[in-house]
Amino acid sequence: MMQIVLTVSAVVLSLAAAGAIVRIARGPSLLDRVLAADVLLAIFGAALCIDMAVNRHLNNLMLLVAISLIGFVGSVTVARFVADRRENVRES
Amino acid sequence: MNPETVIDAVSAVFMVTGALMSLAAAIGLLRFPDLMSRMHAATKPQVLGLFLLLTALGLQMRTWWVWPVLLVAWLFQLLTVPVSAHMVGRAGYRTKHLHPELLSADELEAVVQQAAAKRRADGDTGR
Amino acid sequence: MNRKKVSLRQELPLLVWLVFVWCALWQNFSPGNLLFGALIAVLVARVFYLPPVELGGRFNVLRAVPFAIIFLGKVVAASFQVLYLAVARGPRVVSAIVAVPLRSHSDILVTATGHVISLIPGSLVVEVDRSTSTLYIHGINVRNAEDAAKLRKDVRDTEAGLIRILGTKEELSALTQESAA
Repeated sequence: MMQIVLTVSAVVLSLAAAGAIVRIARGPSLLDRVLAADVLLAIFGAALCIDMAVNRHLNNLMLLVAISLIGFVGSVTVARFVADRRENVRES
Repeated sequence: MNPETVIDAVSAVFMVTGALMSLAAAIGLLRFPDLMSRMHAATKPQVLGLFLLLTALGLQMRTWWVWPVLLVAWLFQLLTVPVSAHMVGRAGYRTKHLHPELLSADELEAVVQQAAAKRRADGDTGR
Repeated sequence: MNRKKVSLRQELPLLVWLVFVWCALWQNFSPGNLLFGALIAVLVARVFYLPPVELGGRFNVLRAVPFAIIFLGKVVAASFQVLYLAVARGPRVVSAIVAVPLRSHSDILVTATGHVISLIPGSLVVEVDRSTSTLYIHGINVRNAEDAAKLRKDVRDTEAGLIRILGTKEELSALTQESAA
Protein backbone atom coordinates (compact mmCIF):
# COMPACT_ATOMS: atom_id res chain seq x y z
CA MET A 1 0.00 0.00 0.00
CA MET A 2 2.84 2.40 0.83
CA GLN A 3 4.17 2.01 -2.69
CA ILE A 4 0.85 3.21 -4.14
CA VAL A 5 0.75 6.16 -1.75
CA LEU A 6 4.33 7.05 -2.67
CA THR A 7 3.56 6.95 -6.41
CA VAL A 8 0.34 8.96 -6.11
CA SER A 9 1.86 11.65 -3.94
CA ALA A 10 4.97 11.83 -6.13
CA VAL A 11 2.77 12.52 -9.17
CA VAL A 12 0.65 15.07 -7.31
CA LEU A 13 3.68 16.88 -5.89
CA SER A 14 5.39 16.96 -9.29
CA LEU A 15 2.30 18.57 -10.81
CA ALA A 16 2.20 21.09 -7.98
CA ALA A 17 5.90 21.90 -8.38
CA ALA A 18 5.37 22.35 -12.13
CA GLY A 19 2.55 24.80 -11.41
CA ALA A 20 4.67 26.78 -8.99
CA ILE A 21 7.57 26.90 -11.47
CA VAL A 22 5.22 28.15 -14.20
CA ARG A 23 4.16 30.96 -11.87
CA ILE A 24 7.82 31.77 -11.09
CA ALA A 25 8.55 32.01 -14.82
CA ARG A 26 5.43 33.96 -15.78
CA GLY A 27 4.78 35.97 -12.62
CA PRO A 28 4.16 39.56 -13.63
CA SER A 29 5.93 41.00 -10.61
CA LEU A 30 8.75 40.19 -8.23
CA LEU A 31 6.33 39.56 -5.36
CA ASP A 32 4.45 36.95 -7.37
CA ARG A 33 7.72 35.15 -7.96
CA VAL A 34 8.66 35.28 -4.29
CA LEU A 35 5.28 33.86 -3.34
CA ALA A 36 5.62 31.06 -5.88
CA ALA A 37 9.15 30.28 -4.67
CA ASP A 38 7.81 30.05 -1.13
CA VAL A 39 5.19 27.55 -2.30
CA LEU A 40 7.88 25.58 -4.16
CA LEU A 41 9.89 25.32 -0.94
CA ALA A 42 6.76 24.13 0.89
CA ILE A 43 6.33 21.45 -1.78
CA PHE A 44 9.94 20.31 -1.23
CA GLY A 45 9.16 20.14 2.48
CA ALA A 46 6.09 18.03 1.78
CA ALA A 47 8.19 15.66 -0.33
CA LEU A 48 10.76 15.29 2.49
CA CYS A 49 7.93 14.61 4.93
CA ILE A 50 6.42 11.88 2.75
CA ASP A 51 9.83 10.28 2.31
CA MET A 52 10.26 10.19 6.09
CA ALA A 53 6.80 8.75 6.66
CA VAL A 54 7.14 6.03 4.03
CA ASN A 55 10.64 4.93 4.98
CA ARG A 56 10.11 5.52 8.72
CA HIS A 57 13.10 7.65 9.61
CA LEU A 58 13.56 11.17 10.97
CA ASN A 59 16.75 12.21 9.19
CA ASN A 60 15.13 15.00 7.20
CA LEU A 61 13.41 16.71 10.11
CA MET A 62 16.05 19.40 10.58
CA LEU A 63 16.16 19.90 6.82
CA LEU A 64 12.41 20.49 6.91
CA VAL A 65 12.73 23.14 9.61
CA ALA A 66 15.61 24.76 7.72
CA ILE A 67 13.54 24.88 4.52
CA SER A 68 10.60 26.60 6.17
CA LEU A 69 13.03 29.02 7.82
CA ILE A 70 14.61 29.87 4.46
CA GLY A 71 11.17 30.45 2.95
CA PHE A 72 10.19 32.75 5.79
CA VAL A 73 13.40 34.81 5.88
CA GLY A 74 13.53 35.01 2.08
CA SER A 75 10.02 36.29 1.53
CA VAL A 76 10.18 38.77 4.40
CA THR A 77 13.50 40.17 3.16
CA VAL A 78 12.29 40.57 -0.41
CA ALA A 79 9.01 42.12 0.74
CA ARG A 80 10.86 44.73 2.75
CA PHE A 81 13.29 45.42 -0.05
CA VAL A 82 10.49 45.94 -2.58
CA ALA A 83 8.59 48.26 -0.26
CA ASP A 84 11.72 50.30 0.44
CA ARG A 85 12.80 50.75 -3.15
CA ARG A 86 9.47 52.05 -4.39
CA GLU A 87 8.68 54.28 -1.47
CA ASN A 88 11.88 55.66 -0.05
CA VAL A 89 10.20 58.58 1.68
CA ARG A 90 8.58 56.48 4.32
CA GLU A 91 10.41 54.30 6.78
CA SER A 92 8.97 50.75 7.21
CA MET B 1 -9.07 -5.71 11.25
CA ASN B 2 -6.00 -5.11 13.36
CA PRO B 3 -4.93 -1.64 14.52
CA GLU B 4 -1.78 -1.75 12.37
CA THR B 5 -3.77 -1.65 9.13
CA VAL B 6 -6.05 1.08 10.48
CA ILE B 7 -3.07 3.28 11.38
CA ASP B 8 -1.50 2.62 8.01
CA ALA B 9 -4.72 3.46 6.19
CA VAL B 10 -5.24 6.68 8.14
CA SER B 11 -1.70 7.86 7.51
CA ALA B 12 -1.98 6.93 3.82
CA VAL B 13 -5.12 9.07 3.51
CA PHE B 14 -3.39 11.92 5.34
CA MET B 15 -0.35 11.72 3.07
CA VAL B 16 -2.39 11.82 -0.14
CA THR B 17 -4.56 14.67 1.18
CA GLY B 18 -1.45 16.58 2.27
CA ALA B 19 0.04 16.20 -1.20
CA LEU B 20 -3.28 17.37 -2.68
CA MET B 21 -3.04 20.51 -0.56
CA SER B 22 0.25 21.37 -2.29
CA LEU B 23 -1.55 20.90 -5.60
CA ALA B 24 -4.35 23.18 -4.36
CA ALA B 25 -1.76 25.87 -3.63
CA ALA B 26 -0.29 25.50 -7.12
CA ILE B 27 -3.72 25.62 -8.81
CA GLY B 28 -4.55 28.73 -6.80
CA LEU B 29 -1.26 30.35 -7.80
CA LEU B 30 -2.00 29.72 -11.45
CA ARG B 31 -5.70 30.57 -11.54
CA PHE B 32 -6.19 33.56 -9.23
CA PRO B 33 -6.06 36.96 -10.91
CA ASP B 34 -4.11 39.16 -8.51
CA LEU B 35 -1.37 39.00 -5.90
CA MET B 36 -3.64 39.18 -2.86
CA SER B 37 -5.82 36.23 -3.88
CA ARG B 38 -2.70 34.25 -4.73
CA MET B 39 -1.48 34.92 -1.23
CA HIS B 40 -4.53 33.14 0.17
CA ALA B 41 -3.67 30.18 -2.03
CA ALA B 42 -0.04 30.20 -0.93
CA THR B 43 -0.60 30.30 2.84
CA LYS B 44 -3.64 28.28 3.86
CA PRO B 45 -3.15 24.93 2.10
CA GLN B 46 0.51 25.03 3.13
CA VAL B 47 -0.37 25.01 6.83
CA LEU B 48 -2.94 22.23 6.55
CA GLY B 49 -0.70 20.21 4.26
CA LEU B 50 2.20 20.26 6.70
CA PHE B 51 -0.16 19.38 9.56
CA LEU B 52 -1.49 16.32 7.72
CA LEU B 53 1.96 15.15 6.63
CA LEU B 54 3.46 15.55 10.12
CA THR B 55 0.53 13.63 11.60
CA ALA B 56 1.09 10.85 9.07
CA LEU B 57 4.78 10.82 9.99
CA GLY B 58 3.96 10.61 13.69
CA LEU B 59 1.55 7.74 13.07
CA GLN B 60 4.11 5.86 11.02
CA MET B 61 6.93 6.21 13.56
CA ARG B 62 4.81 4.61 16.33
CA THR B 63 6.78 6.14 19.19
CA TRP B 64 5.55 8.85 21.50
CA TRP B 65 8.71 10.93 21.64
CA VAL B 66 8.47 12.16 18.05
CA TRP B 67 5.18 13.98 18.71
CA PRO B 68 6.67 16.96 20.64
CA VAL B 69 9.21 17.76 17.94
CA LEU B 70 6.54 17.49 15.25
CA LEU B 71 4.34 19.81 17.30
CA VAL B 72 7.20 22.31 17.60
CA ALA B 73 7.84 22.17 13.85
CA TRP B 74 4.15 22.82 13.11
CA LEU B 75 3.86 25.63 15.66
CA PHE B 76 6.84 27.40 14.10
CA GLN B 77 5.13 27.12 10.73
CA LEU B 78 1.93 28.47 12.28
CA LEU B 79 3.79 31.49 13.65
CA THR B 80 5.88 32.29 10.57
CA VAL B 81 3.40 31.81 7.71
CA PRO B 82 1.01 34.65 8.61
CA VAL B 83 3.96 36.99 9.18
CA SER B 84 5.51 36.41 5.78
CA ALA B 85 2.10 36.56 4.09
CA HIS B 86 1.41 39.86 5.81
CA MET B 87 4.79 41.30 4.78
CA VAL B 88 4.30 40.30 1.15
CA GLY B 89 0.71 41.55 1.12
CA ARG B 90 1.66 44.85 2.64
CA ALA B 91 4.47 45.39 0.17
CA GLY B 92 2.07 44.40 -2.62
CA TYR B 93 -0.53 46.92 -1.51
CA ARG B 94 1.97 49.74 -1.19
CA THR B 95 3.50 49.12 -4.58
CA LYS B 96 0.05 49.14 -6.23
CA HIS B 97 -0.14 45.51 -7.18
CA LEU B 98 -3.90 45.58 -6.74
CA HIS B 99 -6.42 45.50 -9.52
CA PRO B 100 -9.15 47.84 -8.26
CA GLU B 101 -11.70 46.33 -10.62
CA LEU B 102 -11.39 43.04 -8.75
CA LEU B 103 -12.22 44.59 -5.39
CA SER B 104 -15.79 45.17 -4.25
CA ALA B 105 -14.64 47.54 -1.51
CA ASP B 106 -11.38 49.11 -0.39
CA GLU B 107 -11.52 50.76 3.00
CA LEU B 108 -7.75 51.17 3.28
CA GLU B 109 -7.32 53.43 0.27
CA ALA B 110 -8.96 56.48 1.86
CA VAL B 111 -6.72 56.10 4.92
CA VAL B 112 -3.57 55.80 2.81
CA GLN B 113 -4.47 58.85 0.75
CA GLN B 114 -5.27 60.83 3.88
CA ALA B 115 -1.87 59.96 5.31
CA ALA B 116 -0.17 60.91 2.05
CA ALA B 117 -1.99 64.26 1.98
CA LYS B 118 -0.98 64.90 5.57
CA ARG B 119 2.63 64.12 4.70
CA ARG B 120 2.50 66.59 1.83
CA ALA B 121 0.86 69.21 4.05
CA ASP B 122 3.59 68.78 6.65
CA GLY B 123 5.88 69.77 3.86
CA ASP B 124 9.54 69.28 3.28
CA THR B 125 10.45 70.69 6.67
CA GLY B 126 9.80 67.38 8.38
CA ARG B 127 12.42 65.29 6.64
CA MET C 1 20.65 48.92 28.31
CA ASN C 2 17.95 49.83 30.76
CA ARG C 3 16.52 46.63 32.13
CA LYS C 4 13.06 46.59 33.55
CA LYS C 5 12.72 44.20 36.46
CA VAL C 6 11.00 41.04 35.28
CA SER C 7 9.30 38.90 37.87
CA LEU C 8 9.74 35.14 37.71
CA ARG C 9 6.00 34.68 37.32
CA GLN C 10 6.02 36.83 34.19
CA GLU C 11 8.97 34.91 32.79
CA LEU C 12 7.71 31.44 33.61
CA PRO C 13 5.72 30.77 30.39
CA LEU C 14 8.80 31.65 28.33
CA LEU C 15 11.05 29.36 30.40
CA VAL C 16 8.60 26.44 30.20
CA TRP C 17 8.35 26.89 26.44
CA LEU C 18 12.15 26.98 26.06
CA VAL C 19 12.57 23.79 28.11
CA PHE C 20 9.86 22.12 26.04
CA VAL C 21 11.57 23.07 22.77
CA TRP C 22 14.94 21.88 24.09
CA CYS C 23 13.60 18.47 25.11
CA ALA C 24 11.54 18.12 21.93
CA LEU C 25 14.59 18.78 19.79
CA TRP C 26 16.64 16.20 21.71
CA GLN C 27 13.60 13.90 21.74
CA ASN C 28 14.45 13.06 25.31
CA PHE C 29 12.30 13.95 28.31
CA SER C 30 14.45 12.36 31.03
CA PRO C 31 14.88 14.30 34.31
CA GLY C 32 18.54 15.04 33.60
CA ASN C 33 17.75 16.58 30.23
CA LEU C 34 14.88 18.57 31.75
CA LEU C 35 17.24 20.00 34.37
CA PHE C 36 19.90 20.88 31.82
CA GLY C 37 17.25 22.43 29.59
CA ALA C 38 16.00 24.56 32.48
CA LEU C 39 19.56 25.72 33.14
CA ILE C 40 20.03 26.73 29.50
CA ALA C 41 16.60 28.38 29.40
CA VAL C 42 17.44 30.61 32.38
CA LEU C 43 20.83 31.42 30.86
CA VAL C 44 19.28 32.33 27.49
CA ALA C 45 16.57 34.45 29.10
CA ARG C 46 19.21 36.34 31.10
CA VAL C 47 21.86 36.82 28.41
CA PHE C 48 19.66 37.45 25.36
CA TYR C 49 17.33 39.83 27.08
CA LEU C 50 14.25 40.99 25.17
CA PRO C 51 11.44 43.29 26.32
CA PRO C 52 8.89 41.08 28.06
CA VAL C 53 5.50 40.49 26.46
CA GLU C 54 2.82 42.09 28.60
CA LEU C 55 0.51 39.19 29.30
CA GLY C 56 -2.85 39.82 30.88
CA GLY C 57 -1.96 37.55 33.78
CA ARG C 58 -4.68 35.01 33.14
CA PHE C 59 -5.12 32.04 30.86
CA ASN C 60 -8.40 30.17 30.65
CA VAL C 61 -7.65 26.57 29.72
CA LEU C 62 -11.31 25.58 29.57
CA ARG C 63 -11.91 28.19 26.87
CA ALA C 64 -8.61 27.49 25.09
CA VAL C 65 -9.25 23.83 24.29
CA PRO C 66 -12.52 24.30 22.38
CA PHE C 67 -11.02 27.37 20.70
CA ALA C 68 -8.05 25.30 19.50
CA ILE C 69 -10.32 22.55 18.17
CA ILE C 70 -12.56 25.03 16.34
CA PHE C 71 -9.43 26.73 15.00
CA LEU C 72 -8.14 23.44 13.62
CA GLY C 73 -11.50 22.82 11.95
CA LYS C 74 -11.38 26.30 10.43
CA VAL C 75 -7.86 25.69 9.08
CA VAL C 76 -9.16 22.60 7.29
CA ALA C 77 -12.18 24.52 5.98
CA ALA C 78 -9.91 27.35 4.78
CA SER C 79 -7.79 25.05 2.65
CA PHE C 80 -10.76 23.38 1.03
CA GLN C 81 -12.37 26.77 0.42
CA VAL C 82 -9.22 27.91 -1.38
CA LEU C 83 -9.20 24.69 -3.39
CA TYR C 84 -12.87 25.16 -4.32
CA LEU C 85 -12.40 28.80 -5.27
CA ALA C 86 -9.29 28.06 -7.31
CA VAL C 87 -11.02 25.33 -9.29
CA ALA C 88 -14.54 26.77 -9.60
CA ARG C 89 -14.06 30.55 -9.70
CA GLY C 90 -10.46 31.01 -10.73
CA PRO C 91 -9.85 34.34 -12.41
CA ARG C 92 -13.33 35.66 -11.70
CA VAL C 93 -12.93 35.79 -7.92
CA VAL C 94 -13.84 39.13 -6.33
CA SER C 95 -12.38 40.32 -3.04
CA ALA C 96 -12.42 43.37 -0.80
CA ILE C 97 -10.31 45.18 1.77
CA VAL C 98 -12.26 45.71 4.97
CA ALA C 99 -11.31 47.80 7.99
CA VAL C 100 -12.07 46.11 11.31
CA PRO C 101 -11.61 48.09 14.53
CA LEU C 102 -10.68 45.81 17.42
CA ARG C 103 -11.74 46.18 21.03
CA SER C 104 -8.39 45.49 22.63
CA HIS C 105 -5.31 47.68 22.49
CA SER C 106 -2.81 45.20 23.92
CA ASP C 107 -0.12 44.13 21.49
CA ILE C 108 -0.40 40.42 22.25
CA LEU C 109 -4.12 40.32 21.54
CA VAL C 110 -3.86 42.27 18.29
CA THR C 111 -1.01 39.99 17.18
CA ALA C 112 -2.85 36.81 18.14
CA THR C 113 -6.03 37.98 16.41
CA GLY C 114 -4.05 38.82 13.28
CA HIS C 115 -2.42 35.41 13.25
CA VAL C 116 -5.63 33.50 13.79
CA ILE C 117 -7.64 35.38 11.18
CA SER C 118 -4.82 34.99 8.67
CA LEU C 119 -5.34 31.24 8.95
CA ILE C 120 -9.14 30.97 9.05
CA PRO C 121 -11.16 30.95 5.81
CA GLY C 122 -11.08 33.89 3.49
CA SER C 123 -9.16 36.57 5.34
CA LEU C 124 -5.61 37.93 5.40
CA VAL C 125 -4.17 40.92 7.24
CA VAL C 126 -2.85 43.60 4.89
CA GLU C 127 -2.15 46.46 7.27
CA VAL C 128 -2.27 47.11 10.99
CA ASP C 129 -2.85 50.49 12.56
CA ARG C 130 -1.40 50.13 16.02
CA SER C 131 -2.51 53.50 17.39
CA THR C 132 -6.21 52.77 16.83
CA SER C 133 -5.71 48.97 16.76
CA THR C 134 -7.52 48.62 13.46
CA LEU C 135 -6.86 45.69 11.18
CA TYR C 136 -7.20 46.07 7.43
CA ILE C 137 -8.19 42.68 6.10
CA HIS C 138 -8.19 41.36 2.58
CA GLY C 139 -11.14 39.04 2.27
CA ILE C 140 -11.33 36.66 -0.66
CA ASN C 141 -14.71 36.08 -2.30
CA VAL C 142 -16.28 39.16 -0.67
CA ARG C 143 -18.71 40.34 -3.32
CA ASN C 144 -20.96 42.84 -1.56
CA ALA C 145 -21.52 44.76 1.66
CA GLU C 146 -23.30 41.78 3.21
CA ASP C 147 -20.25 39.55 2.84
CA ALA C 148 -18.07 42.34 4.24
CA ALA C 149 -20.30 42.63 7.31
CA LYS C 150 -20.07 38.87 7.79
CA LEU C 151 -16.28 39.00 7.58
CA ARG C 152 -16.18 41.84 10.09
CA LYS C 153 -18.37 39.90 12.50
CA ASP C 154 -16.14 36.83 12.06
CA VAL C 155 -13.05 38.80 13.03
CA ARG C 156 -14.74 40.42 16.04
CA ASP C 157 -15.92 36.99 17.21
CA THR C 158 -12.39 35.61 16.92
CA GLU C 159 -11.10 38.49 18.98
CA ALA C 160 -13.82 37.91 21.60
CA GLY C 161 -12.74 34.28 21.86
CA LEU C 162 -9.12 35.30 22.36
CA ILE C 163 -10.08 37.87 25.00
CA ARG C 164 -11.93 35.14 26.87
CA ILE C 165 -8.73 33.07 26.83
CA LEU C 166 -6.01 35.57 27.69
CA GLY C 167 -7.44 39.08 27.87
CA THR C 168 -7.11 41.20 30.99
CA LYS C 169 -9.94 41.40 33.52
CA GLU C 170 -11.02 44.85 32.29
CA GLU C 171 -11.34 43.67 28.70
CA LEU C 172 -13.27 40.64 29.84
CA SER C 173 -15.79 42.65 31.85
CA ALA C 174 -16.22 45.08 28.94
CA LEU C 175 -16.89 42.09 26.70
CA THR C 176 -19.50 40.58 29.00
CA GLN C 177 -21.24 43.95 29.28
CA GLU C 178 -21.27 44.26 25.52
CA SER C 179 -22.72 40.80 24.95
CA ALA C 180 -25.31 41.34 27.68
CA ALA C 181 -26.48 44.59 26.13
